[in-house]
Amino acid sequence: MSLWETVRIAVRALSRNTLRSFLTALGIIIGVGAVIAMVAIGEGAKARVEEAFASMGTNLLVLMPGSSASRGVFGGSGSLPTLTWADLKAIQEEVTDVRQAAPYLRTTAQVVSEEQNWTTSVCGTTPEYFDIRSWPMSSGAAFTSSDVDTGAKVAVLGRTVVDKLYGPNADPVGQAVRIKNMPFQVVGVMVRKGQSPTGQDYDDAVLIPVSTYRAKIQGGLQNYIAGSVFVSAVSSDATARTERRVRALLRDRHHLSPEAEDDFQIRNLTEIASAQQEGTRTLTTLLASIAAVSLLVGGIGIMNIMLVSVTERTREIGVRMAVGAKPRHILAQFLVEALSLSVLGGFAGVGLGLLAANRLAAQFGWPMLMRADIILIALGFSGLVGVGFGLYPAHRASRLDPIEALRYE
Amino acid sequence: MEPLIVLDRVTRIYRMGDVEVRALDDVSLSVEVGGFVAIMGASGSGKSTLMNLIGCLDRPTSGRYLLEGQEVSRLGRDALAEIRNRMLGFVFQSFNLLTRTSAVENVELPLIYAGVPAAERRRRAAEALRRVGLDGRLDHHPSQLSGGQQQRVAIARALVTQPRVILADEPTGNLDSRTSVEVMALLTDLNAAGLTVVLVTHEPDIAACAGRVVRMQDGRIHSDERRAAAAVGAAAPREARP
Ligand SMILES: Nc1ncnc2c1ncn2[C@@H]1O[C@H](COP(=O)(O)OP(=O)(O)OP(=O)(O)O)[C@@H](O)[C@H]1O
Ligand SMILES: [Mg+2]
Repeated sequence: MSLWETVRIAVRALSRNTLRSFLTALGIIIGVGAVIAMVAIGEGAKARVEEAFASMGTNLLVLMPGSSASRGVFGGSGSLPTLTWADLKAIQEEVTDVRQAAPYLRTTAQVVSEEQNWTTSVCGTTPEYFDIRSWPMSSGAAFTSSDVDTGAKVAVLGRTVVDKLYGPNADPVGQAVRIKNMPFQVVGVMVRKGQSPTGQDYDDAVLIPVSTYRAKIQGGLQNYIAGSVFVSAVSSDATARTERRVRALLRDRHHLSPEAEDDFQIRNLTEIASAQQEGTRTLTTLLASIAAVSLLVGGIGIMNIMLVSVTERTREIGVRMAVGAKPRHILAQFLVEALSLSVLGGFAGVGLGLLAANRLAAQFGWPMLMRADIILIALGFSGLVGVGFGLYPAHRASRLDPIEALRYE
Repeated sequence: MEPLIVLDRVTRIYRMGDVEVRALDDVSLSVEVGGFVAIMGASGSGKSTLMNLIGCLDRPTSGRYLLEGQEVSRLGRDALAEIRNRMLGFVFQSFNLLTRTSAVENVELPLIYAGVPAAERRRRAAEALRRVGLDGRLDHHPSQLSGGQQQRVAIARALVTQPRVILADEPTGNLDSRTSVEVMALLTDLNAAGLTVVLVTHEPDIAACAGRVVRMQDGRIHSDERRAAAAVGAAAPREARP
């Protein structure tokens, strides 16, 4: 008796009780659906984080003043100032593997064009910053080192700022913009970068030479860097090594005793990324538990229904045995029935999971990613549940005594 | 000629706790190829037990059973299933057709387990149904057939594997007298075509179709008479039963 024959008989038996079969398979459907949704969410979040990595620049370290106990605001100027301009120079010149380093001083200020005004981040930095962040211009050019040397009143605008001040398709290069009521000339517009992992809009910023920032925007604290320092290492392999070297250099320069805590922080982007993934992990864990419980309950449901089915069909089993079915034929019949139930449930679950993943991806704004191997694994797993929980009822059916089965009312 | 069925001092004891029921007690019986045997006897005398043994659905507690010269009383479940499939055909009192399954598919059932390919299966099942006079009813389900028609489907199912023996335990027990006559005519025809038939009945006029009547009493063979078989329906007409 062929396998195909067995499958045909099983599917027919299931289709005689469509509603019951569906309800029985529901546990598997939900379980597999949860697995699929879970993986899609995990993959989507991962892709999003990787994308964010790429947009933040490669091999990036961010240095902030203040100990980790007095956590400074990222890129802000509120924390205790401990990093000096001399520190920055030392990092640039003394640490091997440092490709570039740029200061990043930031405040919130109003910027005004001819018609509009907009409150945004105004940041003082050096031309290296654009390179560190791999952030090219969509029009115009970045300010130069000589702009920094002379303290020129020039500005590079993020795309969001351009949209707000000049309109969506405008190119304001060459025009004037007022920052804190001082006239600046727009020299460049940066390409759109999108959102940071924390949902902050990278393009909502105006960048000016750090010397101009210090002279015109900031007041006091001139020996200290009232912000952070972006450092790029020569390669991603060198990032951790660079982090160690920068730390050693700064501890030495700040005369910290071995037991003293750092009076600065170095953020490696992997940390930020892992914090970001933490959020999706909760959701993933929840879905994984739903999946596990559903598959277990689904399996028990299948076992239950198969036991009922064996009892209901005792006479049928007797007839089949009388006309020549061997115990293994009966075993195969009920096993394949349980298997078909769970695998069909698995297919429905994959459909449901993909649907859910699609909705979630749309909601969170990340790419819809699905791995074919996960679908196969999920289907394989549902099959395993079917065989695992179908084995006992099928075995019972195959051990029935033909005479008693035939006599069963 | 070598007998087809040889029971040699067969005993079948049912044990229920401490109680022992001797359903068959030292029974010896042989049936030749082409024989037509009716087994009669009071309720509980062991007729069905005997049929189950002959049908390889059960094994004797002691004694030997030779089917076509082969000792089958000690075979395992798989081997017995194969013998049932190849050599025996069953007809039950309660038809035992699969519900919600068409006549032709019911008849195909033994061929599935014989490993016959689908197309040939269908052809042979249709042929068997034609032989029992149901060629117009291939796709009818049991619930769409009369009792007599259902029993004829069951007979077709018993024949389809071309077995050596048809075993019928009270095949007319659920039928009225007119359809009983039809079913008996069919069995008589099959016997005339060379098939060995063993049937259990309570009805003397059904037993009259057989060339040999074995009477059971308390698990033993009480009498075993051979005579010329009467024509079907030739016995005194009875009142139609409900
Ligand atoms: N599975 C069983 N367990 C215990 N005792 C049984 C079993 N099957 C049959 N018996 C006993 O064996 C004896 C013979 O039963 P059997 O069914 O062979 O009778 P029968 O001649 O076919 O009767 P009927 O005409 O009512 O069908 C009876 O006493 C019955 O109670
Ligand atoms: Mg009986």
